[in-house]
Amino acid sequence: MKLIFALFTGLVFGTGIALSGMMDPAKVLNFFDVAGTWDPSLAFVMGGALIVTFIGYRLAWRRAAPLFGGRFQIPTSTVIDRRLVGGSALFGIGWGIAGFCPGAAIPALGTGRWEVVLFLLAVIVGFFLRRLLPSVQPKAAT
Amino acid sequence: METAFTPFASLGGGLLIGLGAVLLMLGLGRIFGATGILSGAIFVESRDEMMWRLALIAGMILAPGALFLATGTMPTISVPVSPAMIVIGGIIVGLGASLGSGCTSGHGVCGLSRLSIRSLVAVPTFMVTAAITVFLIRHVFGG
Repeated sequence: MKLIFALFTGLVFGTGIALSGMMDPAKVLNFFDVAGTWDPSLAFVMGGALIVTFIGYRLAWRRAAPLFGGRFQIPTSTVIDRRLVGGSALFGIGWGIAGFCPGAAIPALGTGRWEVVLFLLAVIVGFFLRRLLPSVQPKAAT
Repeated sequence: METAFTPFASLGGGLLIGLGAVLLMLGLGRIFGATGILSGAIFVESRDEMMWRLALIAGMILAPGALFLATGTMPTISVPVSPAMIVIGGIIVGLGASLGSGCTSGHGVCGLSRLSIRSLVAVPTFMVTAAITVFLIRHVFGG
């Protein structure tokens, strides 16, 4: 039941990604291209997602525990360090080069385009590189 | 290449993205961060931790097909980027998002709505570096 719920949740999220234009690199890159062929559509994606999540999270947290047991696992760190800022800066550079981000590329796999497979394989290479970095304890990503 | 301004489809899609994030919190108590979900399905801690992530990923991949069944139109994408740049960008995305503990979904949607201080730093950082990167590629180096 939990897995069917997870599958349905992924379907809802992925349908949102596909409808919104987030999985189309041409649209993503145009969102950032303020000086050129600017397309502000993706601001509406983030706006819509934030409204629902901001309210919905607070309603969900009224429960003592999630529907399928366990507990709400919410990151508690407030540390602003070089890893956070540097990692985020790098992520933005990669996003600006390729036009895909992970949450958009996974649903985009369903379009059958080979470029998406190539991108996600490269992302996984990046995950491995991260684990090769010395003296950095791998911490669960949000 | 011009793309059409689609405020209504984008807002509607955004509402569904938010609903997906809320459902995952309500059902499983987890943040919907694609980087953490993907890396957690690869670097496996336990069978249970892997299985819900795989189910979630499978649902995401089914979405374009489900839209096709519902509307009769397959969502299309265009990739105005060379294969080499996709690989380079992808590696940097994987490295950066795992170092920074999140991407557009984890820090963007989930972190901002939690008012996480880390996400309030991360999101402007990656939005600005993405915009600078696109500017340099398109208007300085003329890519």
